[in-house]
Amino acid sequence: MNSNPLLALFGYFALLSLFAVGGANAAIPEMHRIAVEVMQWMNDRQFADSFAIAQVSPGPNIIIVTLIGYHVAGLPGAAVATAAMCGPSCVVAFLVARTWDRFKEARWRIAIQAGLVPVSLGLIAASAFVLTRAADHTIYAALITALTALVGFGTRINPLWIFAISGLLGLTGWL
Amino acid sequence: MSAAVAPPSPATTIRPTLAELLRAFAIVSVSGFGGALPWARRKIVEQKRWMTAEEFNEAFALSQFLPGPNVVNFSVVFGSRFGGAPGAAVALAGLMGPPLVIVTILAVLYERFGDLEMLSRILVGITAAATGLLIAVVAKMAAPLFRKRWNWAPLVAIAAFIGVAIMEWPLPLVFVTLAPISVVLAWVKR
Repeated sequence: MNSNPLLALFGYFALLSLFAVGGANAAIPEMHRIAVEVMQWMNDRQFADSFAIAQVSPGPNIIIVTLIGYHVAGLPGAAVATAAMCGPSCVVAFLVARTWDRFKEARWRIAIQAGLVPVSLGLIAASAFVLTRAADHTIYAALITALTALVGFGTRINPLWIFAISGLLGLTGWL
Repeated sequence: MSAAVAPPSPATTIRPTLAELLRAFAIVSVSGFGGALPWARRKIVEQKRWMTAEEFNEAFALSQFLPGPNVVNFSVVFGSRFGGAPGAAVALAGLMGPPLVIVTILAVLYERFGDLEMLSRILVGITAAATGLLIAVVAKMAAPLFRKRWNWAPLVAIAAFIGVAIMEWPLPLVFVTLAPISVVLAWVKR
């Protein structure tokens, strides 16, 4: 086991940063695997709570790593985790942005773009699965998940309303 | 009637300064409940006219396919286009700054009050709903991929799902295995 939590945070999240195609939503299973199973920094409930807090906070959802980092090692942990998760992918984005336009019509570029869509789809589906397993321990919670999925698919309602209603339902203790 | 035609999206765009970049992305960052994309589009294309709608779509498509958080990538792609490395750094700082302050405060509060029964009940409800929204995203993404008669894309998606969710293999491993296969299939089956 790595004895320095800051080093472990940096190493895991910097690597994840380079493979999280599909963004924060695709990275959830790997974060869960590292934080809950491999390193045992937190339990399922704390992980699910971090996810919920990141969802209701303004800004990019990737900010869940800031919460994990803070939980592991306070403010330095929060800073290191955030920098590790954003740093490598930002460098890649910067380098690619400079050359991308030149290859706009290239066949290999189109193949890469088309080839990555199903991979990120599978990863995001895995996120939903991992979160359901980590959080929906009652039939009512599972029901909320199913209902929200239908509403989210069929309408364009602001998610903030859905979060408010489901938070209140949670408060009643039924979930 | 020609005067009543809706104005076309502007052909000429304006170049932002570094200070304007910082301000715009900071505002977008705190407006972005449930995804910052619509806010970024409103600000950049409609209000500021820094990009045409088409340029915005191009830059965003690139950001989505790059690894890492999409909106964060977008800030770097956009910032570098207008101000090189300093532009990218400034846009990124604007996007991440305010949310980092807010979420750090929430982290401190959670560490102190996270064990409160009331709070954890609320969070359980929110997680259940947020998971449902994620499933909706999956369904929206999957619909066009699964609609074609026979193609490779659903197989790759299912393989990625099984590898990560069921087998619990490390994401980098699954990615390095599946992505090249998927890209080759996209190349061949086109």
